[in-house]
Amino acid sequence: MLLYLFRRILVMVPTFLGITFISFMVMHLAPGEPMGLQSDFNPKMTPEVRERLRAQYGLDKPLYVQYFRWLKGLVELDLGRSFSPDRRPVWDKIKERLPVTLLINLLSIGLILVVAIPLGVASAVRQNSLFDQVATVTVFVFYAAPAFWVALLLMLLFGVYLGWLPISGLHSLMGYAHMGTWERLLDNARHLFLPVLVSALGGLAGMSRYTRSSMLEVLRQDYIITARAKGLSERRVIYRHALRNALLPLITILGLSIPGLIGGSVIFESLFAIPGVGQLMWTSVMARDYPVLMGNLVIVSVLTLLGNLLADIGYALADPRIRTGTRGE
Amino acid sequence: MRALRSLALIIILILQVISCSYSWGSPHEHPDFGDSIVVGSIGDASTLIPMLASDATSHEIADLIYDGLVKYDKDLNLVGDLAESWDVSPDGLTITFHLRKGVRWEDGVPFTSKDVLFGFHLIVDPKTPTAYAGDFMEVSKAEAPDPYTFRVTYKQPFAPALSSWGNIVVLPRHLLRGKDITKSPLGRRPVGLGPFKLKKWNTQESIELVCNKDYFGGRPYLNGYIMRIIPDPATMFLELKSGGLDWMGLSPMQYQRQTNTRFFRENFHKYKYLSFSYTYLGYNLRNPLFKDKRVRQAISYAIDKEEIIRGVLLGYGVAATGPYKPDAWFYNPNVRRYPYDPQRARELLREAGWVDRNHDGWLDKDGRTFTFTVITNQGNALRDRTAQIIQYRLKQVGIQMKIRTLEWTAFINDFIDKRRFEAVILGWTLGQDPDIYDIWHSSKTGEKQLNFIGYKNPEVDRLLVQGRRTFDREKRKRIYWRIQEILAEDQPYTFLYVPMSLPVIHKRFRGIHPAPAGISYNFIRWWVPKNEQKYIMP
Repeated sequence: MLLYLFRRILVMVPTFLGITFISFMVMHLAPGEPMGLQSDFNPKMTPEVRERLRAQYGLDKPLYVQYFRWLKGLVELDLGRSFSPDRRPVWDKIKERLPVTLLINLLSIGLILVVAIPLGVASAVRQNSLFDQVATVTVFVFYAAPAFWVALLLMLLFGVYLGWLPISGLHSLMGYAHMGTWERLLDNARHLFLPVLVSALGGLAGMSRYTRSSMLEVLRQDYIITARAKGLSERRVIYRHALRNALLPLITILGLSIPGLIGGSVIFESLFAIPGVGQLMWTSVMARDYPVLMGNLVIVSVLTLLGNLLADIGYALADPRIRTGTRGE
Repeated sequence: MRALRSLALIIILILQVISCSYSWGSPHEHPDFGDSIVVGSIGDASTLIPMLASDATSHEIADLIYDGLVKYDKDLNLVGDLAESWDVSPDGLTITFHLRKGVRWEDGVPFTSKDVLFGFHLIVDPKTPTAYAGDFMEVSKAEAPDPYTFRVTYKQPFAPALSSWGNIVVLPRHLLRGKDITKSPLGRRPVGLGPFKLKKWNTQESIELVCNKDYFGGRPYLNGYIMRIIPDPATMFLELKSGGLDWMGLSPMQYQRQTNTRFFRENFHKYKYLSFSYTYLGYNLRNPLFKDKRVRQAISYAIDKEEIIRGVLLGYGVAATGPYKPDAWFYNPNVRRYPYDPQRARELLREAGWVDRNHDGWLDKDGRTFTFTVITNQGNALRDRTAQIIQYRLKQVGIQMKIRTLEWTAFINDFIDKRRFEAVILGWTLGQDPDIYDIWHSSKTGEKQLNFIGYKNPEVDRLLVQGRRTFDREKRKRIYWRIQEILAEDQPYTFLYVPMSLPVIHKRFRGIHPAPAGISYNFIRWWVPKNEQKYIMP
């Protein structure tokens, strides 16, 4: 098992390097340069000034030199400085946006799990019943409806017509500084309610469908019949014996959703005016801010690789068949 | 006659713009201090050091924190700001600024000519990544003979130079000397001397300013200015409706259709004024198709500008006749105009040899059908719709126009910069100075330069240079009037429209008077009566 782990981690290194190399090259293939925003159509921009800026960003060097320079920084854990006019260190820019993105994504995954798993189980137990059909249609409606549209409708309802919830932002503009801890918490919760709800609604379909199908599979197994034959209560059969086994595939899905935790979503963040990672990436792509893009890419790819690994490990821990399988090799 | 009528229309429009400002707020009321204004913005600022910033939001904020030596007043006249006055030497080469005494930076250090000199050295320093060095490269000598005198000498007389001494070059020397400006904390935490001071900046969330009680021009009536960053326009509008915003710019659709409810009438005032921009249809003059002036004039006659303004801007704009907006002092209202006249267009095209010989509905000449592609940038619905209306009108005179929209960077790099286009629909943002050398001079047709349509006219070239050398306003006006006449005759662009800015502002704010300069020129004199104040900020 340890050897297996070690090998897995070793393989991750070249994979990671490959990811960074390809992304670096592809990024530079896109037309335009970081100075574009400053220089395109700016009458005050002379060719000399443009060249000066290029040299400052190091863009006058061949591409491979730029890549190795970046890689050297990475080895020293330095992601470089942003190309945008503020020239802040990349890590600072990403760091200040991580907490809110993480918070929203964790809350929304939590909400998805809390709602989708019972929903999936209930649908599986009452397969093809009216409840099953209504649940299916509902989650797919939320899945299919464009998130921005649902979000705007909810904002209109709760924010404008009813006036119960704030429309955008993370906390109240005025008076937040003078609030007590609980008031602040309540204020934040009111602001986060809609973004978390909207991002969870779209995710319900996938998770509840996975639970349903994996549950259906398990319910057909012999050991379920055995459990029933033993005279266990239906509740015990479903939640103790069936659900535990049905949840195994979900481990993989959860592992793969780890990079999504920091990915953030441009659409939600723009709609709800949330200063998250998604917006940072979007503006960086638009401004061709290569260091920030690469910085985020490093984090996401490390997390993806890590998520894969964790899913495998988690699976092995949860399922004795896999553990014994590796031992038997 | 038609020309006269549209002129009258423009005058009426201008009068409307001006008159709507005087309908409320009696001048005898005594302004109260207090309250804050919450403004919505699509994007966050990038850095608050003006010479490093290139985006509008950064400059909007920096303009409230820093003052320049000179500024524009409401009628676009250059007036003193940190400079009380200035003299231009008779040969036009040297400008001497006499600075205001007793001005202090936020931290109490006096502002002197050394600060300006420092700012100048910084902006011409090759290590400073600024997009604004161009104007300052013309300076041959800058000196600060005493703390309140600043003198610059130019290689050649350069009239736009005067306006370049705005807040771009006013920086606190005592905090920046010997430091790397790109890594300076001042970008995030500026120390200025303007009417407002930065209180808090939450990245991509909000920027909060408080009034500078020691501002040399008198403290602003408002206590605070808060900019909320809301990237989505639909959300911003909902925020406005729920009372979370006091000021935002509206689209024509929102202005006309979505803000006539009782709620809006009771809580908001809508304003409108001509924006500093125009939209045009530009022809690549290297293309044989557009070499003939008559063809360009014919296209201008074939396009109904009023129809575009009605259809695209819902009427919130005026027809453009040249490269300036109609309420600027250098605007020439007497140039040749191109009212919608398809018959005239057909005649001109026939004169130029374009006739439908094979009766397929399209004009042709030497076996070639009159067809071309117009390109425009993606994501600008107004330009897209403009293109469609033009397409329809040109079809009626037998010209086939295809439309292609392109992503911005590809549009610039692969098409405009490489001159791979036949015609283009784009807009220019206007400066407050009439100088348009960079767009129309024949020396500016090189790669990445702005005369990308390749316009060459010796008389315009001469006048453009002359305009830059002349400081006298009346003489400059005559020069730019002539340029407008020539451009109107040549039609290197079909100048389409000048759109209006359509801001909506909460009713409690008084003292807002739209002018050619817009509305924010007297922002520090906006005020709210005590009993209507909403936000209490310490």
